[in-house]
Amino acid sequence: MVVSSLIKEKIWSILETVTDPEVPVLTITDLGIVRDVKISGDQTEVIITPTYTGCPAMDMIVMNIKLALAEQGYQNVKITSVLSPVWTTDWMSEEGKRKLKEYGIAPPQTRSDRPGLTGNIECPQCHSANTTLISEFGSTACKALYKCDDCKEPFDYFKCH
Amino acid sequence: MNNRIDYILHLADTTLILSQRNAEWCGHGPILEQDIAITNISLDLLGQARNFYQYAALLINNSSKLSESEVPPCWGFRGATEDTLACLRKEREFKNLLLVEQPNGDWGQTVLRQYLFSQFQYLLFEKLQHNSDKQLAAIAAKSIKETTYHVRWSGEWVIRLGDGTEESHNRMLKAIDELWRYTGEMFEPAGYETIVDVSLLKNDWLQKTKTVFAEAALPVPSATFMQTGGKNGNHTEHLGYTLTELQYMQRTYPGAQW
Repeated sequence: MVVSSLIKEKIWSILETVTDPEVPVLTITDLGIVRDVKISGDQTEVIITPTYTGCPAMDMIVMNIKLALAEQGYQNVKITSVLSPVWTTDWMSEEGKRKLKEYGIAPPQTRSDRPGLTGNIECPQCHSANTTLISEFGSTACKALYKCDDCKEPFDYFKCH
Repeated sequence: MNNRIDYILHLADTTLILSQRNAEWCGHGPILEQDIAITNISLDLLGQARNFYQYAALLINNSSKLSESEVPPCWGFRGATEDTLACLRKEREFKNLLLVEQPNGDWGQTVLRQYLFSQFQYLLFEKLQHNSDKQLAAIAAKSIKETTYHVRWSGEWVIRLGDGTEESHNRMLKAIDELWRYTGEMFEPAGYETIVDVSLLKNDWLQKTKTVFAEAALPVPSATFMQTGGKNGNHTEHLGYTLTELQYMQRTYPGAQW
């Protein structure tokens, strides 16, 4: 058991290096999409959950997990995707939210139990709350488009989900 | 054939075909932001379709009760996958709602079709997410978050155009005239449709639709002839053309992968 928990720790640390291809500052552990790691014999099972239903990044993330683990010598890897419990933006780590903001994307600001968009999303550039929604849909499934009425910069908002 | 599998294929086909229709707008939207919006919705629906097809494929492959003669050749010798189900079934095997296969028409017709469907889908997923079938419940619970956006976005457009200029108002009247006759089918259960009683969703849908139409200054048609049949594979002529485009690659290069 001690050995298997050490392996698990190692696996988690490798998973912490796998990034989201659409938002490369975020790792999959920042996003909160890794649910569990299971070891049985020489097989490693990584259980993940998709963020948005149609997000094409998920297929790439699965491949990147396999590649990252293979590089460290883990060949027998099974990735299982589960839908329940549903991923929400509440699963995103505080560290993840901080990194998003630094990257220029406003992090999700309200709780996921009220899906949709609320006003006063803070501009990631000048931190003004004087911002306007341009569109509820953005360049990827997870983002909405805003503009800042003070610094006039458009920006992406990672919408609550 | 198995009711559950048919029902899941019905859900899958409906979302796939509407996804395909919306994707036709890619690069043609009235302005960039709305082009992005309609293709985002298309992508969400494709994601839903994939989840439903994957689940249907799993049940088909696990089902030992199906005798070989009952298995259509499109399910393949090595079993069904999301791809064989989407790309190799014929028009008469598709069980999607007639509403979603209707042509895009103008922007007004597209947003009205989206509204009429998404408002229904929201009510359906509200029920389905509590179903005893864990996987269906999980797909519904996952998808309803996205459907919430679709209902709001399309409803706002119906209001904007209905209560807009004389031109946009008249176009919405024409869109209602084209599409309303396909809404009755949503609430008429097919023989295999035993998991959620869709007839119970009708009143709620009508009330919500009346509210949106009232704000849009649009009339709700009174009792009128309703065209049905899609759920049982009897489609309008439009589906065949759509499938021809959608399935072209797999029909021409069988088994091709990216």
